Amino acid sequence: MNQLPLEKKVLKENDRIAAELRERFLTHGTLCLNLISSPGSGKTSLLERTLQSIDGDWRAAVLTGDIQTENDASRLRRFGFPVKQITTGGTCHLDASMIERHLVGWDLDAIDLLFIENVGNLVCPSSYDLGEAAKVVLLSVTEGEDKPLKYPSIFFKSELAVITKTDLLPHVHFNITEAEENARRVHPGIDILRVSNTRGDGITRWIAWLDKRRTQYYSKHAVATV
Amino acid sequence: MHELGIANSIFEATLCEAGLHRCMRPTQVTVRIGELTAVDPGALQFCFNALTRDTEFAKLKLKIEVCPRKHRCSACGTEFIVNGYDFRCRRCGEEKTDFVSGDQLELASLEMEQYESVTA
Repeated sequence: MNQLPLEKKVLKENDRIAAELRERFLTHGTLCLNLISSPGSGKTSLLERTLQSIDGDWRAAVLTGDIQTENDASRLRRFGFPVKQITTGGTCHLDASMIERHLVGWDLDAIDLLFIENVGNLVCPSSYDLGEAAKVVLLSVTEGEDKPLKYPSIFFKSELAVITKTDLLPHVHFNITEAEENARRVHPGIDILRVSNTRGDGITRWIAWLDKRRTQYYSKHAVATV
Repeated sequence: MHELGIANSIFEATLCEAGLHRCMRPTQVTVRIGELTAVDPGALQFCFNALTRDTEFAKLKLKIEVCPRKHRCSACGTEFIVNGYDFRCRRCGEEKTDFVSGDQLELASLEMEQYESVTA
């Protein structure tokens, strides 16, 4: 019997492609964000609000993942930015090779901000690096305030948690302060924003967060391309 | 249910590694799964067995080591296992502690046995 130490990542092929993508994004100055949530938490609605609100100097693009249908891409294309639908045909998450394939034909020099809307799922997408600069998790007030404790992995790995559907707060039993405390218990340094995509509350703060994140990223990009 | 994809990655990596050694057959692969990876050990074991069944590697075993979340104290440097969501230092009570490990998804080692090659 021989024992051979391996010390390798299980998802090393995914991680290899993700590292290549991250390098490409940095070279071209494309800030890539990976949006993750349960189905129906408002990822597409937040992107609709975002594409509607960002001013002219932001060149955005979206890759939107779903198991079936082109519905989300159709909703997002109305704003004039490049949008591609990734239909996984059953897979519950996006992986780095899907991103690589769907970027073909796009000029990253013409994209400042690339949103990846992951398949609605709080578990599986957290294991797959897509080469993004940051993960953003969404939690709607119609879900439980203990969700960060039930699904710690994604809250731990996300830089920002967006609590959505805040216009429904008067109608649901959801303790938003407790939800935020739970997110911070799992990930003490996490940024948190409250938004209502329907009413537009908090969208200005979300855009300001994107702006701040883009400025940070550009200083990294400047160093990388010197 | 991404455990099937992960089990497949483990199986492929095992075959790839074993293929580098002549006249050796893999008997057990050991993986480390951090508690923050959102991978269910039971589902992973089930998927791995389903993949290897009815193949020449049906006897290949998967050993899963579950790794807890560990933090290091920023004041006294003590490394400790986090229980629940209490991140305070076990030794000095300092609130500010940093994540060390707990998100591993790694192939740790491979056990192999020798066999006689019929073509050799």
